[in-house]
Amino acid sequence: MNAKTRFGLAVAALGLLMTGPFLMTVGILWADLGPDERAGFILAMDRWLPIGGFITLIALFLGLQLLRALFQQYVHGLLRMSETLRLMLGANRGFRVSLDGPPEVRELARAANDLAQQRNELLDDVEAQIRVAKATVEEEKNRLAALMSELAQGVVVCNLDGRILLYNSRARLQFKALAQGPTSMSGGALIGLGRSIFSILERGQITHSLENIQQRLRKGSAEPTANFITTTRGGQLLRAQMAPVLGRSDAAKAEGEGDGGPTLDRVNPLGAEQHVTGYVLTIENITRNFEREAERDQALQTLTDGNRAALGNIRAAVETLLDSPEMEAEIRERFMRVISDEASAMSSRLNATMNRFADSLKTRWPLEDVLAIDILSAAARRIEDKLKLPIKHEEEDASLWMRVDSFSLIQAITFLASRLQDHYEIRELRLRLAAEGKMVFVDLIWSGTTVSSETLYTWELEPMNVGNESSPLTLRDVVERHGGEIWYQREKAAHRAFFRIVLPAATTPDAPVADQAQHLHSDSRPEYYDFDLFAARDAEGAGIDLDRKLTELAYSVFDTETTGLQPSQGDEIIQMGAVRIVNNRLLRQEIFDQLVDPRVPLKPEGIPIHGITEAMIAGQPQLDVVLPAFHEFCHETVLVAHNAAFDMRFFQLKEDSLGIKFTQPVLDTLLLSAVIHPNQESHKLELIAERLGINVIGRHTALGDAFVTGEVFLKMVPLLADMGIVTLRQALEAAQKTYFARIQY
Amino acid sequence: MAHRILIVDDEPNIVISLEYLLKKEGFDVTVATDGDAALHKATEFRPHLMLLDVMMPKKSGFEVCELLRADATMADLKIIMLTAKGRETEVTKGLALGANAYITKPFSTKDLVAQIKTLLA
Repeated sequence: MNAKTRFGLAVAALGLLMTGPFLMTVGILWADLGPDERAGFILAMDRWLPIGGFITLIALFLGLQLLRALFQQYVHGLLRMSETLRLMLGANRGFRVSLDGPPEVRELARAANDLAQQRNELLDDVEAQIRVAKATVEEEKNRLAALMSELAQGVVVCNLDGRILLYNSRARLQFKALAQGPTSMSGGALIGLGRSIFSILERGQITHSLENIQQRLRKGSAEPTANFITTTRGGQLLRAQMAPVLGRSDAAKAEGEGDGGPTLDRVNPLGAEQHVTGYVLTIENITRNFEREAERDQALQTLTDGNRAALGNIRAAVETLLDSPEMEAEIRERFMRVISDEASAMSSRLNATMNRFADSLKTRWPLEDVLAIDILSAAARRIEDKLKLPIKHEEEDASLWMRVDSFSLIQAITFLASRLQDHYEIRELRLRLAAEGKMVFVDLIWSGTTVSSETLYTWELEPMNVGNESSPLTLRDVVERHGGEIWYQREKAAHRAFFRIVLPAATTPDAPVADQAQHLHSDSRPEYYDFDLFAARDAEGAGIDLDRKLTELAYSVFDTETTGLQPSQGDEIIQMGAVRIVNNRLLRQEIFDQLVDPRVPLKPEGIPIHGITEAMIAGQPQLDVVLPAFHEFCHETVLVAHNAAFDMRFFQLKEDSLGIKFTQPVLDTLLLSAVIHPNQESHKLELIAERLGINVIGRHTALGDAFVTGEVFLKMVPLLADMGIVTLRQALEAAQKTYFARIQY
Repeated sequence: MAHRILIVDDEPNIVISLEYLLKKEGFDVTVATDGDAALHKATEFRPHLMLLDVMMPKKSGFEVCELLRADATMADLKIIMLTAKGRETEVTKGLALGANAYITKPFSTKDLVAQIKTLLA
């Protein structure tokens, strides 16, 4: 019942109250009177009724005024006040209720205003705190950015899925320098936010290092890091160090949240198990260092081993001479010549070596101290897993440490096992671990079939390929890298044979250091760790899920310049440009920008449009190189282009001959514009950009247009959301509908 | 009867001293300059002792040693490996493959002769 109806009812009630008692009294009196008295009454009434009626009417009018005033002040006043309060609650919290109306209402208004004032202060306080916190985060970010850009090493942060969450410019430069062939033109190879690290580094090595780290963490190691060396496609050597990014376990988090918010910080950090949420890779290109190292090794080798032989010859000759005074002159002459020859050879070797040694720098292949038994159990797991070959463990000294590159060593053991299985059909392999002096023996034992030692020599020099995993290293490389040896030996009595790998024992076992371990478990972390990087965790999964929100996907926005508008009439692509969008941001650093030699003459009328001349395309790669590179650049992203059908048509004509296929979903900003503004006549890129308030610069280069298209697309996403188009699937469907609508039209 | 010694080394500059030295000591000495020749002469000349260099053309000293040790008719042959590589792991390998002694260059000729005599005693 609204206020007006209630007012009407109140008026009716007032009327009844004012006339009812009088009418009732008249009725009772009338019933009680005799006929004569009734006539007298009528007479009296006749005279007095108009006056009585008039007075009643006036009273009724006054009552009505009174009622109206009360209604205005209390009911309407309160309604007005509630509207004001709503306004204060939402749009304008500085607004205040005006103090008018009766005292009670004024009192209420005062109380409401006081409450609002208090709320205002609280909100101001919260906002101030948020501002401060934001500034701190911003400052931390800047500090980290500065720190990272100063680093001489490349830094890449990944989550457990191997998605890159952060990288510095040095890492970009390093990978760019490494990129060979088609990837070199992606303007920085395949490093990019949200991209997979596995396109750059070998998956096996990363997983292995992570396992190592987790094992170390479980043992409470003070330094849960792992090092590895990796060779890239271009044959460059990278040294990577991996350090874990730790978070608390989900259980502890849930517990903290269950208690209601701030208690999270008070969860005992020692009780909560730390788990790895990602890792930081510091990467250094050591190709040059390694070459120097090899040179230095070689220098040392010629100095020692080379001179050892010469010195041996001299010494033997001199001693023989001294011991044989009876020697004939002719033979004595020959001995003297040996001494002279060897001595001068030694001198020149020494000079040559010293010259080379001078510019070799000291770097080391990073061998790690590991528990030998850990390597053996890792190798056993791998062999059982990959080769389905049962492994038995013989005496294994669990206290032995050795200095090795665990990944390549495990590869070597697996390789030997697979060769034995393939060539000699062994049914089980036994592993043994022993030590002698500064050497650790790793034995691979089998019974029955004997192997010729030539076989081992052949295997030593083959690349270590196991199943579909290949390695550029040979067994010999691995053994030599460790300064070890390998040989084949038989235990005739036991009817079995073994390969023995000798490796250097580690002198300093990596014992957990109590106070450093403390630091790991304490609440305080280095400040530059405090980022919400890992929120990006699910930003991009494997493949593209059509039911993902548009705001969560990664995109490659691209454009092409062509010789003309007729792909089927021989027009060709002459420039391709693309930029990535990840997490709703246009990543202006992660671009693809490449001129293409179309192998047909440029049309003179096109040159003013795209500004590309014959001179510019001379010597540029052709599409058969550029398109596969672009294909790689777009891997696992949604394609976005303006009038995409046009560009896709060019691609499709080449797909078959190049053996690549663009299978990912394609969004067209032209069609999306038609979805958003169906009543606009033009959906040209410039006009859309203008409508959406985007500054257009550098248009009509492929990359410039890709930038504009990308910005347009980002502005469109919220507009689409307003129309209920939130997921990729919805966007594709909406675009298709307009497409058909346009065609029919 | 003089003991027969086979010197296996591809470097003439060491062979000259070894040959002279051992002949002077009264041994019957023959020289081979690569791995294959060593195996050949081992069966032909039937030495009592072999001075075996590791780094050689055709077959390395390790290979020669392994093959000889696999041959039952050569069971009595003493093998001294001579090498210019002095790494501990190689010494261990040589001994594991059946060498009786392992001597790194440069060595003292007196020690070598003493070693030979002990082995042949």
